[in-house]
Amino acid sequence: MTAATANRSSLSWYEASARQRIEALLDAGSFKEFIGPELREMSPHLSIFDLPAQFDDGIVIGRGRLDGSPVLAAAQEGRFMGGAFGEVHGAKLTGLLRAARRLKQDVLILFDTGGVRLQEANAGELAIAEIMRAVIEARRAGVRVIGLIGGRAGCYGGGSLIAGTCSSLIVSEQGRISISGPEVIETNKGVEEFDSRDRALVWRTMGGKHRYLLGGADIFVDDEASAFRQAAVEALRCTEQQRLERRLQRFGEASDAVAIWQAIGVDNPADISGLPTSEFLRRAADKREHADDAR
Amino acid sequence: MEKLSFKLNAPTRAGGTRAQAIVGVVASGNLEVLLERASPPDVCMIDIATAAHGFGAVWEAVVRDFVVRRAAGGLRISINDGGARPDTVALRLAQGVRLIEEREA
Repeated sequence: MTAATANRSSLSWYEASARQRIEALLDAGSFKEFIGPELREMSPHLSIFDLPAQFDDGIVIGRGRLDGSPVLAAAQEGRFMGGAFGEVHGAKLTGLLRAARRLKQDVLILFDTGGVRLQEANAGELAIAEIMRAVIEARRAGVRVIGLIGGRAGCYGGGSLIAGTCSSLIVSEQGRISISGPEVIETNKGVEEFDSRDRALVWRTMGGKHRYLLGGADIFVDDEASAFRQAAVEALRCTEQQRLERRLQRFGEASDAVAIWQAIGVDNPADISGLPTSEFLRRAADKREHADDAR
Repeated sequence: MEKLSFKLNAPTRAGGTRAQAIVGVVASGNLEVLLERASPPDVCMIDIATAAHGFGAVWEAVVRDFVVRRAAGGLRISINDGGARPDTVALRLAQGVRLIEEREA
């Protein structure tokens, strides 16, 4: 990382606001917002329920630089309506992803959401579908979409579905990823199934460590903006092409697959072809190469 | 939602060159404050949308105190309020004025 692009901000990702996270994540001073608060693109639905709206509808989108490279970024504000997706909120993210596809620029999505905003549920559900489609279309065009999860609201409901379509996910222990939230499970299945007030249970079941161990998240970091920044740089650096180049470097000299299995470290590689499934899986455990971005 | 509007004489002109600044979020007991340079240099316009009804007199006291204490001349301030207490409002307004004065990156 060059001195000119470094961002030495130190702050808790969990405690920070959407705007603070973007400022700390991208190269210092590089962020330019699209559809800023001064344009007052606010929710047309909240006033019907006599609820206060927010000038940016709870999401900050724009362009900037990460370690010198141009990126697009979106940050949800988890404290406004639980970071939930409404019509305008969702449309801003859809638009950003469509721009990413056209511009061929990678996208960082800073999730902090309880899912769809109940007061504008139909528009919110449609937004989730549109965003997932936009993520897939951007990825098909070669754009990488990285999700960063470590906010107060976690990444729940439709937000977790979108996270599931991302190229890779960066998570902290504080981050939670799940379709149904703790209260939803308790309400539907009873407190014996899931006690939403048992915080240790909630974090154990949905938190970053569990998701990382299960393979649901790719990079695990401290609750620190600089750690998320470092991980985002890392996630964008590791491309499928680089993975294949690494493979060529490691195994290019091998004249036969057995030689590759030996290089990977499998016990008695010459036996592999003749092994039944259960024994093959036992030998492959911990040894096999990972698919990275191919998931 | 209750809407309030104030047009106040502001003796001190806001410093800095930033066109706008935003602080805070709309949440329970919190508010967002958007500051823009849009009023004559000796005037401060404040528009408030608040979820808490019937506190017009308190708002007036807070914003009148604000324009006397801080450099707010030339600003148009727009507030979305989720039921913040007067002390929180005063701090957010001060934070906003400080941010718009900051040197641009």
